[in-house]
Amino acid sequence: MRHLISPLDFTKEEIDSLLNLGADIMNNSDKYAHVCDGKKLATCFYEPSTRTRLSFESAMLNLGGKVLGFSSAQSSSAAKGESVADTIRVISCFADICAIRHPKEGAPSVAAMFSKIPVINAGDGGHNHPTQTLTDLMTIKEKKGRLDNITVGMCGDLKFGRTVHSLINALVRYENVKFILISPEELKIPDYLRKEVLDANNIEYIETSELEENMHKLDILYMTRVQRERFFNEEDYIRLKDSFILDEKKMQYARDDMFVLHPLPRVNEISVDVDNDKRAVYFDQVQYGVYVRMALILRLLELEDKVK
Amino acid sequence: MLNISGLYEGVVIDHIKAGGAMNIYEYLNLEEYDFTVAIIKNAHSNKMGKKDIIKIEGPLETINIGVLGALDPNITVNLIKDDKIIAKKRLDLPDTVTNVLMCKNPRCITSIEQGLPHKFKLTDREHGIYRCVYCESKFKDK
Repeated sequence: MRHLISPLDFTKEEIDSLLNLGADIMNNSDKYAHVCDGKKLATCFYEPSTRTRLSFESAMLNLGGKVLGFSSAQSSSAAKGESVADTIRVISCFADICAIRHPKEGAPSVAAMFSKIPVINAGDGGHNHPTQTLTDLMTIKEKKGRLDNITVGMCGDLKFGRTVHSLINALVRYENVKFILISPEELKIPDYLRKEVLDANNIEYIETSELEENMHKLDILYMTRVQRERFFNEEDYIRLKDSFILDEKKMQYARDDMFVLHPLPRVNEISVDVDNDKRAVYFDQVQYGVYVRMALILRLLELEDKVK
Repeated sequence: MLNISGLYEGVVIDHIKAGGAMNIYEYLNLEEYDFTVAIIKNAHSNKMGKKDIIKIEGPLETINIGVLGALDPNITVNLIKDDKIIAKKRLDLPDTVTNVLMCKNPRCITSIEQGLPHKFKLTDREHGIYRCVYCESKFKDK
């Protein structure tokens, strides 16, 4: 039995095969509509996350399965002090697969230790969110046709953004991927990522605070939000915030085949005037998230053989 | 010069980073035992300037020195029997340690989950870096 706890739990080959399955589901959805008939997904969300939870539920319903679960710690037995280990033992009796979101880092890995059913990490604090990484990879693959030989711009909060860290970790396994890391000085990538991931894998990257002048080099621009509370003082925030807002003016410098991704929710870091640009694919990205979660559920339930 | 007498049977833990002896004392759970224990702080060391030393009088097999490498890789251990040094050991870094190092990340599941062992794995042997198996935080002594 397999679980998905960290974005690196699957090999590069396993990820490629999962993304291919996701693409087949996208193109032949009827074929997959009843593969999970009679199966149940438990969504155990100890903290609210409407988008991720609904994406999982939509994925299971699309496969013909059913869903059950809770959407906050208050409405679960955790409010009575039950441990994650006990909760997952109980959930194992009710469902065939479980997606768990928890504010404490490592909680899904504890769940996997005690579970009788496959566990999917749907986000554990600021630690991992592997299905967001799969979503990002599928979006890049579908839009660019490849995951190698690309230059990826990461813009915004690169220090605290777990989606950025996971995506970098996943992409360094592909050939000739370059990074342009665009952030204010205060929000540059953490040191361990620079040394243990980028330098250790001889990855070409530059760190800069200039978005506009680097736009023309990019195949992908991955935007994240620069939050006011991350700055040491208000003056710096006001001085810097506009540099990291993407608008139509900055999009003029981008290539026609560059795509803009964002893990959402977007606040103001992408101006709404970019939404109609064909290169803005952050809402397509949400749709890819459902397909890749369908592929993941199928794979972990080992039901691919049932597809007719 | 302070003199501490020799041991008939026991362990001398030497080259502890100055100020680290009490940590080692706690990690080895020495307060649980009836042994005679001498903690020498800030002893002169040609190599380190200052160092701490712990001398434990007691049966060799009782003291779990295997975990010490994870706490301070520079530590050396002398095993004493019949008043003589029978072995000098440099410590290997164990691949995993359970309930020796404690995860100090307040966001880690170990901070709330009862009965969950604190487990660390060696992720960088060259630099002696251990990470929590749950939250992957790097172990920091302080």
